[in-house]
Amino acid sequence: MTSLPASTPPKQLGLVIDLDTCVGCQACVVACKEWNTGGYPAPLSDQDPYGADARGAWLNRVHGFEAGEGADGMTVHFPKSCLHCADAACVTVCPTGASYKRDEDGIVLVEEDKCIGCGLCAWACPYGARELDGVSKVMKKCTLCIDRIYNENLPEDERQPACVNTCPAHARHFGDLADPESQVSKLVAERGGFDLMPEMGYRPTNKYLPPRPRSGGTGCGGTVPALEDADPAGGFLGWVDRMLSR
Amino acid sequence: MSSRPLDTSPAISDEARYTTCYMCACRCGIKVHLRNGELRFIEGNRDHPTNKGVLCAKGAAGIMHHHSPARLTKPLLRVGERGSGAFREIEWDEALSIATEWLDRIRNDDPRKLAFFTGRDQSQAMTGWWATQFGTPNYAAHGGFCSVNMAAGGIYTIGGSFWEFGEPDWEHARYFLMFGVAEDHDSNPIKGGLATLKANGAKFVSVNPVRTGYSAIADEWLGVTPGTDGLFVMALIHELLRAGKVDLDYLVRYTNASWLVVDNPGAADNGLFVRDGDGTPLCWDREAGATAKASSVDARPALTGRYDLGDGRHAVPAFQLLAERYLDPQYAPDAVAERTGIPAETIRRIAAEVADAAFSEAVELDVPWTDWAGRKHDKMVGRPVTMLAMRGISAHANGFHTCRALHILQTLLGSIDVPGGFRYRPPFPRPAPPGPKPAGKPDQVVPGKPMGGPPLGFTTGPEDLLVEADGTPRRIDKAFSWEAPVSAHGLMHLVITNAWKGDPYPIDTLFMYMANMAWNSAMNTSETIRMLTDKDPETGEYKIPRIIYSDAFWSETVPYADLVFPDTTYLERWDCISLLDRPISGAEGPADAIRQPIVKPSRDVRPFQDVLLDLGARLGLPGLVKDDGSPRYPGGYPDYLVNHERKPGVGSLAGWRGNGDEHGRGAPNPGQLDAYVANKCFWQDELPADQLYYKHANRGYLDYAKRMGFIDDAAPIVIQLYSEPLQKFRLAAEGHGVVQPPEQHRERVRTYFDPLPIWYPPFEDDANDEARYPLHAVTQRPMHMYHSWGSQNAWLRQILGSNRLYVPATLAAENGLADDDWVYLTSRNGRIRCQIRVMQGVNGRTVWTWNAIGKRAGAWNLDDDAPEATKGFLLNHLIDELLPERGSGYRYANADPVTGQAAWYDLRVSIEKAPVQEEGAEPQFPSLARAGHPVPEEMAYVGGGKVRS
Repeated sequence: MTSLPASTPPKQLGLVIDLDTCVGCQACVVACKEWNTGGYPAPLSDQDPYGADARGAWLNRVHGFEAGEGADGMTVHFPKSCLHCADAACVTVCPTGASYKRDEDGIVLVEEDKCIGCGLCAWACPYGARELDGVSKVMKKCTLCIDRIYNENLPEDERQPACVNTCPAHARHFGDLADPESQVSKLVAERGGFDLMPEMGYRPTNKYLPPRPRSGGTGCGGTVPALEDADPAGGFLGWVDRMLSR
Repeated sequence: MSSRPLDTSPAISDEARYTTCYMCACRCGIKVHLRNGELRFIEGNRDHPTNKGVLCAKGAAGIMHHHSPARLTKPLLRVGERGSGAFREIEWDEALSIATEWLDRIRNDDPRKLAFFTGRDQSQAMTGWWATQFGTPNYAAHGGFCSVNMAAGGIYTIGGSFWEFGEPDWEHARYFLMFGVAEDHDSNPIKGGLATLKANGAKFVSVNPVRTGYSAIADEWLGVTPGTDGLFVMALIHELLRAGKVDLDYLVRYTNASWLVVDNPGAADNGLFVRDGDGTPLCWDREAGATAKASSVDARPALTGRYDLGDGRHAVPAFQLLAERYLDPQYAPDAVAERTGIPAETIRRIAAEVADAAFSEAVELDVPWTDWAGRKHDKMVGRPVTMLAMRGISAHANGFHTCRALHILQTLLGSIDVPGGFRYRPPFPRPAPPGPKPAGKPDQVVPGKPMGGPPLGFTTGPEDLLVEADGTPRRIDKAFSWEAPVSAHGLMHLVITNAWKGDPYPIDTLFMYMANMAWNSAMNTSETIRMLTDKDPETGEYKIPRIIYSDAFWSETVPYADLVFPDTTYLERWDCISLLDRPISGAEGPADAIRQPIVKPSRDVRPFQDVLLDLGARLGLPGLVKDDGSPRYPGGYPDYLVNHERKPGVGSLAGWRGNGDEHGRGAPNPGQLDAYVANKCFWQDELPADQLYYKHANRGYLDYAKRMGFIDDAAPIVIQLYSEPLQKFRLAAEGHGVVQPPEQHRERVRTYFDPLPIWYPPFEDDANDEARYPLHAVTQRPMHMYHSWGSQNAWLRQILGSNRLYVPATLAAENGLADDDWVYLTSRNGRIRCQIRVMQGVNGRTVWTWNAIGKRAGAWNLDDDAPEATKGFLLNHLIDELLPERGSGYRYANADPVTGQAAWYDLRVSIEKAPVQEEGAEPQFPSLARAGHPVPEEMAYVGGGKVRS
């Protein structure tokens, strides 16, 4: 049994993901794999990479699904990684203390030397955000690129998770959700950002921004009037003549 | 639990170097981190004009591309039967000697016996030039089976097109219409652009049979029936004309709307522009009541009416013809609704919204500018409606006219190169169409000599065609013949078929680069494989006698070659993305880029461009050797990039010429590549604010473009609503002129060379019984894969290892189909078996799948039981490269009759549930012998780092 931070961390670092602009391109998924397999801590291994059942450990995946029927439905791309919950069951369930939530910024990590690969945390996570690595047999999860976001070897504007840096549609945002003045908090406020499965009570830090309503409206000022004939009497060509004679 | 010690500032890498991505054709700038000499991390270059720091999934997976076990290791000489995969590894010198011997003989006999087709080549400026030096007209890259309709439709209309040639003004647009866009075309800029549109609250409408990717985030998705986009566009034009929602001032100033067209039915000049003695087109000056030069600033041109020319002829303004055409009730929303699958009321509403955005929300930028005639304007005024289209409308047999219609729609709104509209990317705009003409006429093809010009170009009339006196095509792919007169990119998809048949003549050597023509790049894959291995029963020789192929990987095509040149990956070479070829410019200014070797090849492989230069020097090709016979570019491709001049002062790269301070034009600079490397491997020139719009008519920009060598003449580029070159071909078909089509092609040319866009059903509709093959079948590319390169990638294939056939829910219900069912999909060309998934967001008469996921067992060094081979499938087997016989018995290409663009998306099919226990993808082929590197059972990639230090 592992404890959560005694008091609310002063910072709650996390992601805000815009479902209105995510096109499901998988850029974040691969950038994450690429950065983290060569970064902190053990690599993200792949089994049978050129065979019948290629599989590996990934910290971030994008799921695509349809909601609603026919043309009124929507296709949604849903990126999913660890949400760094305030009440992280993956932490409290850990029998060895490997899984922990950082006091200073709320990031949930795994101390791999202590991880025995029992899988309890993955079982406890309602979001399916943890994957056991096939080689090291330790639990892998999103670190929010902790080896990037504070990294003094990187220029300041690159101190972001790899997924945020690479997102071509700018659908991913990183910041402090405890600070109401942060850009991410403002986005959540303006766009009605929501928690994933709030009823579960884990109080995830990451937020999702909903797709804006799909509609027949113009998006630039409501319904527009139907087009009338330019010149009911003289027809279009008559209208052209009149216009050119101005 | 308190926090624990953790190094949050580890070193990123030992070294970071810049180059250009090649995981697809988008050509983003990348920053490659190396650790202990290994690839640690690839990220976007933040300073690069294309991707501005972002990178897609393909780009990030470049590490696994580079480490692919399918990489070839050594030149190969075939020792078994074609397709057996039995090769002998040989040294480069032997490989080059063999190729030299083969090619030298045919060059001095008949250089046309070399067919050189380079696939997804990004060095076409060099490979095309090489073909010219060799003396063969039989050269093209893959454009003919990609998007030549889009390119040619644009070039012949607005002197530009989408992607490399132009882009939406994301920043100022209020309304965006996207048609059938393939993901790898400008993929990162499009994603960024969509985000900008959304942030600005603009409306995004996607016209696409399938609701995935970009369409998934559109405000409105219109699930159009494949091949009917042209009708939809023409209905929008109909509505805008009816309501007078067109920009007449724009049309008068920047288009040929006012140019007079001879109305003289049956005569040789019917439908041509009225010109004065200098050849200048004329308009009707309403003030003077007489003709005037259409370019006259003082004239008040008529757009309507019919005028007596005083010489017995009459003429009408082009616009009058255009208005008559599209005001016709056949283009009314009610008339097209059923066919397009888009309700008439929706079409009317979209037209109203487009008109509202264009005319009620005009964008005005306080930027004074001067037009070509010297008139000063104190503002840049724009119509903020923008559009984008790609292969979805291009890969149909009616695609050329549809693309032209789309550009005409943009032009009527006045939204070409204005704020909020479409924007040209320099070196575009160019005259519509630009020079030069394709070479390959009888006097231009002489054994042992270079050809008198480049093999590809833009025809403007029958006299430019490459045909014999009797009308027979002169090229092996029949490009620039009466069967495809405007085939600006050639017809790579017909080369194997024609070479096998010896139609129009037999060839000796087929030399290909980077196109998987024995698999996913071919129509009619099974038959193509047979043609590659078919022998003449009398001689016992292969019908295509010799095949040379260059590829970096053990693809499905390699086993069918006689001689294989193993290429490097993109991280191991010098390369160039040139303004002479397919530039990476943005609307803000021209740009080009290089690739530099980031790592040394671990294998005995060479960059194809180096090999080609070496081969050319061994053959003694003019231009490739010095006067003393020694190689002109002994340093290989980088030597060529720096020192080759296409015309004085103009070479492969525009940046840092002369002493390093000249751009565009300037003497070769030995330090040029160093300058590129120092600038993160790209060059960009930023245009001043007063040249950012109206480039086609902007004095400052046109002067600049001439100075840079983009255009020969700083005259304004006039948008061609009415296309006179098309009418010239039509007149020939009607019996005028010296060069006329053979009788068998006459009616076809007359029909499809309409100077104003027309819509006709895709030819496959006619070729098929609607009741028997009621469904359309199309493919698209997943955002994270590019052809067969992506689906062999250890990381990307975990995201998508096999493809499904997506079936509309309504259709599934009708046919009793459910998720995971196996079905037979049948076309007039064959039958495949595949597994389905039911989908809501797809046109109700259309099934679709992801392209190029299916692989042949043994290829790409994947296990025989890889899902790509056992469950993955290609629609290619169902697509015939030829249409059924017509009355005369002749079989035309399954292609656009104007450009020869392969009509991939015209496929018609039927679907039936497979009996229980009939599972697995079909057809299957014998496994190719695997080749390449040892394949790991498990992989923990650390990028040169230590595991758990």
